[in-house]
Amino acid sequence: MAILRVKDVSKRFGGLRALTDVNLNVEENTVHAIIGPNGAGKSTLLNCLVGKLMPDTGSVLFDNSSVLGLEPFQINQMGISRVFQTPEIFGELTVMENMLIPIFAMRDGAFRMHAYETIANEKAVVEQAEAMLEEMNMADKREMSAASLSRGDKRRLEIGMCLSQNPRLLLLDEPTAGMARADTNNTIDLLKQIKDERDITIAIIEHDMHVVFSLAERITVLAQGAPLVEDTPENIRGNPKVREAYLGEAA
Amino acid sequence: MLGLNKKDTSLLIIVGLLTLLAPFILNPFPEGSAMAQFNAGYPDLMQRFVIFGILAIGFNILFGLTGYLSFGHAAFLGVGSYSAVWMFKLLSYNIIPAIALSVVVAGLFSLLIGFVSLRRSGIYFSILTLAFAQMSFALAYSVLSNPKFNLTNGETGLQVYADDPQILQGANAPDLPHLFGLPMRATYTMDVGAWSFDFNAGYYLCAVIMMVVFYLSIRIFRSPFGMMLRAVKSNQQRMNYTGLNSKPYTLAAFVISGMYAGLAGGLMAAMDPLAGAERMQWTASGEVVLMTILGGTGTLIGPVLGAGFIKYFENIFSKINDNVLHGWFAFLPDGLEDAVVFLIHPFIGKGWHLTLGILFMLVVIYLPGGLVEGGQRLLNRLKRKKTGTDDAPSGKTEPAE
Ligand SMILES: Nc1ncnc2c1ncn2[C@@H]1O[C@H](COP(=O)(O)OP(=O)(O)O)[C@@H](O)[C@H]1O
Ligand SMILES: [Mg+2]
Repeated sequence: MAILRVKDVSKRFGGLRALTDVNLNVEENTVHAIIGPNGAGKSTLLNCLVGKLMPDTGSVLFDNSSVLGLEPFQINQMGISRVFQTPEIFGELTVMENMLIPIFAMRDGAFRMHAYETIANEKAVVEQAEAMLEEMNMADKREMSAASLSRGDKRRLEIGMCLSQNPRLLLLDEPTAGMARADTNNTIDLLKQIKDERDITIAIIEHDMHVVFSLAERITVLAQGAPLVEDTPENIRGNPKVREAYLGEAA
Repeated sequence: MLGLNKKDTSLLIIVGLLTLLAPFILNPFPEGSAMAQFNAGYPDLMQRFVIFGILAIGFNILFGLTGYLSFGHAAFLGVGSYSAVWMFKLLSYNIIPAIALSVVVAGLFSLLIGFVSLRRSGIYFSILTLAFAQMSFALAYSVLSNPKFNLTNGETGLQVYADDPQILQGANAPDLPHLFGLPMRATYTMDVGAWSFDFNAGYYLCAVIMMVVFYLSIRIFRSPFGMMLRAVKSNQQRMNYTGLNSKPYTLAAFVISGMYAGLAGGLMAAMDPLAGAERMQWTASGEVVLMTILGGTGTLIGPVLGAGFIKYFENIFSKINDNVLHGWFAFLPDGLEDAVVFLIHPFIGKGWHLTLGILFMLVVIYLPGGLVEGGQRLLNRLKRKKTGTDDAPSGKTEPAE
């Protein structure tokens, strides 16, 4: 069953047609990659899924209910978590606090005035956060300020924060952009591990073919704002249209 | 203790002891001595220390935690004072209903102003709050003071008149603000040798209230809610994509700090039953910003220190005049004495703002963490001297100290 259905989505910026009649289904418990040359509209599409942009036409259904017109926090509460191109974390807060916040958000909803409780007394939440840090191999960094982490660790933390909410759909926008090879491989391993160990659907935008072919089970190629083909990685690799539009350029 | 960790508990106890013993601590110099003018232990000034401390503690919940810089908090202070005086006029001089109403009215008022101002962030938010505060000032100064509808009594200021209803004022109750019969002006003076110490009912009432709201602010700082407020300051985008609605969090912080300001305004009226529009002017809003930054934004005790520091300067330095200076430097040859007095003259008396401005600049440039950072550096240096090591990291401010 498709957990995410994008139907006839179009988006213009002034005269520029960033997306034209995009149709896309993401099946539950798969890793679905969206690739395409720079400016193809990948980020725009993702922003239409999470409430950052409102498409001009079309519909976006998550688990059969529309997400259009909802605020990002409402869409997150439905079970969609997003990882940004440059890691978005709470830099001034400690690693532990970064991990506590999404867990509180999941337990208490979008707003709760828990102004008189003490964090240390929220044993269940603290335990969950500690377990998640453990899983991310970051337990030794819990008291560090998040801003002082390395680029790769920031990415790890951000992914951990998203996972701590047990999302049904995880969206990643070029998670390895600007990373050194070693950090890229670490991220691939982490995502593989997530995919194997959890019931989770992953939609990933990626430029790096190494990452895409290591992870994806389905690939949609976007070119000039419209899907060119959607297929398995093996078929995409051999598809001459794709080679021309994209891989040829990269090779 | 009281649900606080060890460090916070000791901070609370130290602040409690200092406020309790303030009449002694602030009057270290014997009466009549040359240094006596540096004594700050008189009721009026001690009351102001704690009242402005309350204002700054509340302001810090908004500015220190969420980073939203309000330039309109004087409006809530003023609204609090007006509400309190109205209670004196209508009910009685008992301060309990007066203070309760100040907090409630300031809360509602800040809900309204916050709701509108928080549609923007950064400098636009600051300007919106400033605009609201200036509108409130104009309303209080003239618009809401006309023969048909006189809510604020304009320039003269709102005060209690003999023909006011005061429907609950008992026959024997004091004819000035009191707590169930205990007048706020009541002062017991203790003379010890050449020293004299004042214990004032109003001061101790304000001090107890400050301790309570200081405790509440520590609880807020340490709560999940407080952590969310720091998240607002750190990264609103991440917050919204983490399923949190940052708007009600910020608005709640705004209203809480508005209620603190209303409480401070109510207490001002309880110490002196008068409310004037000048209390709402933008300079008053700016003052609490200075207090918070000077003391240490986002630290627990910083705002209280900043408030005390500024009020001390305002009251003590402004009283030093040329005669006093001539007295101090009389030992110098005449020409030199005149020259020194001439040089210092611009910085004292009415020029105390100049001194304060210079100090403020020095703090912002060299101690961005305010007086609290200064204190921490000093402690670190002392510790290092004691242990003889040089490896302690220096000058790093801990955010919620
Ligand atoms: N907010 C915006 N305003 C105007 N044009 C935009 C905006 N966002 C993206 N675009 C344009 O839309 C096109 C698609 O951009 P984007 O979705 O970022 O591509 P990709 O992520 O595939 O590289 C580009 O031509 C880009 O310049
Ligand atoms: Mg992009």
